[in-house]
Order: sequence, then structure tokens, then C-alpha cells
Amino acid sequence: MPAISPGDTSFVLISAGLVMLMTPGLALFYGGMVRAKNVLGTIMHSFFILGLVSVLWVLVGYSLAFGPGWRHLVGGLQWVGLQGVGQAPLPAYASTVPHLAFMIFQGMFAVITPALITGAFAERMKFSGFVVFTILWALLVYCPVAHWVWATDGWIRRLGAMDFAGGTVVHINSGVAALVLAVVLGRRKDYGNGDLVPHNLPLTILGAALLWFGWFGFNAGSALAANGLAASAFVVTNTAAAMAALAWCGAEALHRGKPTTLGAVSGCVAGLVAITPASGFVTPLAAMAIGLAAGALCYLAVLLKWRLGYDDALDVVGIHGVGGTLGALFTGLFATTAVNSTALQGLFYGGGLATLRVQATAVGATALYSLLVTLVLAKVVQALVGLRVTEEEEESGLDLSQHSEVGYAF
Amino acid sequence: MKKVEAIVKPLRLHEVRKALTGIGVQGCTVSEVRGFGRQKGHTEIYRGSAVSSEFLPKIKFEVVCCDELVPQVVETIAKSARTGRIGDGKIFVLPVVEAVRIRTGEQGDAAL
Repeated sequence: MPAISPGDTSFVLISAGLVMLMTPGLALFYGGMVRAKNVLGTIMHSFFILGLVSVLWVLVGYSLAFGPGWRHLVGGLQWVGLQGVGQAPLPAYASTVPHLAFMIFQGMFAVITPALITGAFAERMKFSGFVVFTILWALLVYCPVAHWVWATDGWIRRLGAMDFAGGTVVHINSGVAALVLAVVLGRRKDYGNGDLVPHNLPLTILGAALLWFGWFGFNAGSALAANGLAASAFVVTNTAAAMAALAWCGAEALHRGKPTTLGAVSGCVAGLVAITPASGFVTPLAAMAIGLAAGALCYLAVLLKWRLGYDDALDVVGIHGVGGTLGALFTGLFATTAVNSTALQGLFYGGGLATLRVQATAVGATALYSLLVTLVLAKVVQALVGLRVTEEEEESGLDLSQHSEVGYAF
Repeated sequence: MKKVEAIVKPLRLHEVRKALTGIGVQGCTVSEVRGFGRQKGHTEIYRGSAVSSEFLPKIKFEVVCCDELVPQVVETIAKSARTGRIGDGKIFVLPVVEAVRIRTGEQGDAAL
């Protein structure tokens, strides 16, 4: 009978708290970037998901994601309502912490993933459609993909693919879903007329600070133990974030002549996204390379968005989709058993192309599944409930039209 | 009675107010407005995409005074608001049909 470690347990529970904080942090990050008339509507998306998915996770989500599986594709219903999930550890995943601690830590990931998508449909999503879509997406997209990549019998995990804290499950998954929704919903009415500017960047920067802080729980906590691997993940997380912030600012300075605060915080988030899958497998110097690439490439991806013409309002595709893909593939380059004995050697450590191919399979499968199922769900919800607000509602803003509230009563 | 409306640069707000008080003007109304004339706006950049803003913040002074005082008020505002650079603003003089002091009911010049 494995013994519960006080150090490991406190670390996992505190990390779960840190990841929880990332969702309101995201709410502020997004909230500051929209127009004032939509600030509450935007924040509401993330905050409501905190409630919605927390409850779904306990009722059925955890069982679908991590329960004993069916054909390596999805968990079953054995743990519905958390029956069978108690204080004793579940050795297959974390032998020194209570099963409940592992469950709640994972639950916070299930919460933030659909919250990321909300950035793509900001300023024009109907609240009822958003609720129905989120419930379906969490259960039918997030849970299966989490099962594939993290459950012991998941088919992507059995291939050996490395995703320490969710490059595929969280970032590619939400990034691709964001693209689908941005296209299905269509552009905002005011797209292209110069009115779409952030109304409160200090709020965005506060949100980014909470995200950076919380990400230590996201990545280091994924070691599921208070040990050297957690320390390593912590260090590479900070290093990648820092480097990516500098890289984005550098790209801006070269391109437009000045670095911006929005660029600095966007860069740091891009770096955090990219290091997520790699965080338990790479060295600090590798993290610098990953951060540098993420800062520069995600900046280019965001510029490309204007050329391609889809209205991903808050750049979920450019930062999470592209950053997650970059991170998952770079894990195939830089992973080393010197950091984590369970790793497959990356290309730069003599692992050849085999490792890269496994990573690419994980990326491709996640992206394809998310694309197809999100599209079906979006179309179904659009037909049954409606996805987009009316023109008048979009004009008066989500705060008033969806919630009868005003964000700033000056 | 005439109303003198002046659109001036925000950084001249206190100079203009001091100058007006100095010539005996008892009250005025100030509002924050946006506008443009020959002064061009500025460019903002968010995640690489540039947004140009033509409207610049300005301050509008509104002073109602008796006809005899108008030339002095106009000259005082013009001198205190002037920086010599484009965007200093404009002054307009409009006729006023009636004025009433709410507390006492006085009308005409007595209300000013």
C-alpha cells in the first residue's frame, strides 16, 4: 500500500490552486483587450466555465477522461460522481498523493481549456449558445483527447508521445476549436473599421501576471510530486516565458519600431504555451530556444491572421494553436532522458526522426479530432440554440444585452 | 448676452481658467471633447496591427457674458490658450436669448 507523501500532496494541492487562479487570470487578460461594453461578458465566459466545468468534471468528466478505458479512446462511467475516487492514492498516476488530489488537479486543466477558446468568439457570442457548446465540447472533445494523451491506456500515450502538461490536450485542442468557431461565427460587425482596440491594457497585464504565476502550478505541478523534476519544470517554464517576452518585443521593435506592453505579455504567454508540453523533458537552455522561437513565430502567426481574414478576436489560434504545435514538435527535438528517464530522446540527442514522428502524430490526431468534432458541435448548437447575438445586441455590447450590467459606472 | 465657446488644448486648461478669473469672469463650463482640425491624430499599435485615431482630446470652455465683455474674453482666451503650434483650437461667439439664475430667478445680465 503506497504511503501518502505530505510533501507531494501539499505540492499537488497548491498547484491545483495555482492552476485554478489561471482561469480568472485569463478572464482579466481577455477582458482588458475587448471594448468596454463587452468587458463583463468576456470575463463571464471564463468565470462561468469555472463553475460549469468544475461540476461536470465531478459528475462525469473525470471518469470520461481518466477512468478505466474503452478501446484506448475514452474512459468509462465507473467513476461517475467520483464513486471509487477517494483519499487513497491511485498508483497508476500518482502513488504518493490522494486520488482526489490528482483528480482536482486535472479538473483545473479541464476548466481552463474551454475558457481559452472564448477569446476567439469574444464580443459576439450568445450566452445560451456558449453554455450549451461548452458543455458538449468539454465532454466530447476535451475528455477523449485527455484520455488519449494522459490516461495509462490512451492510444497516444501508448505510442510514447510526450506531453508533460498539455500542449496537445489544452493548447492545440483549444487553438483549433478557436479557429473553427471564429470562422463559423463570422467576423465582428466592426471588424476593419479601427474601433477594435483594447479598452484596459493594465487589466490585461494583471491577467498575464496571474497566468505566468499560475503556470508554475500548471507545469511544475504536472510532476505530481515535490521532486527534482518539478524543480526542473518550474525553471524551464520561467525561462521560456522570459525569453519569449523578449523575443516578441524584439520582433515588434524590428517590425514596427517600438516594443509594446501588449506584445511583452503576449510574448510571455506564447512562451508559456510552447514550454507546456516540453516542461518535464527539456533543459533550461533548450527552454530558451523554445521561448525564442515561440515569441517570434507566434508574433508572425498573429500578423498572418489579418492576411487570412478570420476574426480570432484575441489570438487563440496564433498563440495557443501555433504555440502548442511548436512546443509539441520542439519536444521531439529537445527531450532528453537526462532530465526525465521516461522521455524518448529528441532529435538533438540522438533520437533520430522517430521521436519527432511520434510527436507529430499526437499533434495531427488532436488537431484533426478537434477540428471535426468542434465543427459538428458548433453547427448543431448554431441550429438548435444559436451562437451569435443579434446586430443590435452586438452594437449595445454583451454586458448590457446578455447580462443587463455595465462594467464601469463612471 | 453672448456665449463664447473655445476649443483649446487640454494642457492649457489651467492657464485659460486663471486668465478668465483674472478679468472678472465669475463662472464657466468646461467639458472634455474630441475633435480634429488641421492637427493630425496619432497611431496606436496592438499586436502588430496599426490603428489610427483622428480624434484628439480637447477642452471646451463655455462662458456666457454681457456684450461689452466679449472682446476682452475672446482676447484673454486666445492669449492664454496659444502655444504657436498646430492644434491650438478655435473660439466661437454665439448669441444668447435668455439667462436665468436658478436659485433666485434673476434674469438677463443679473443672472450672469
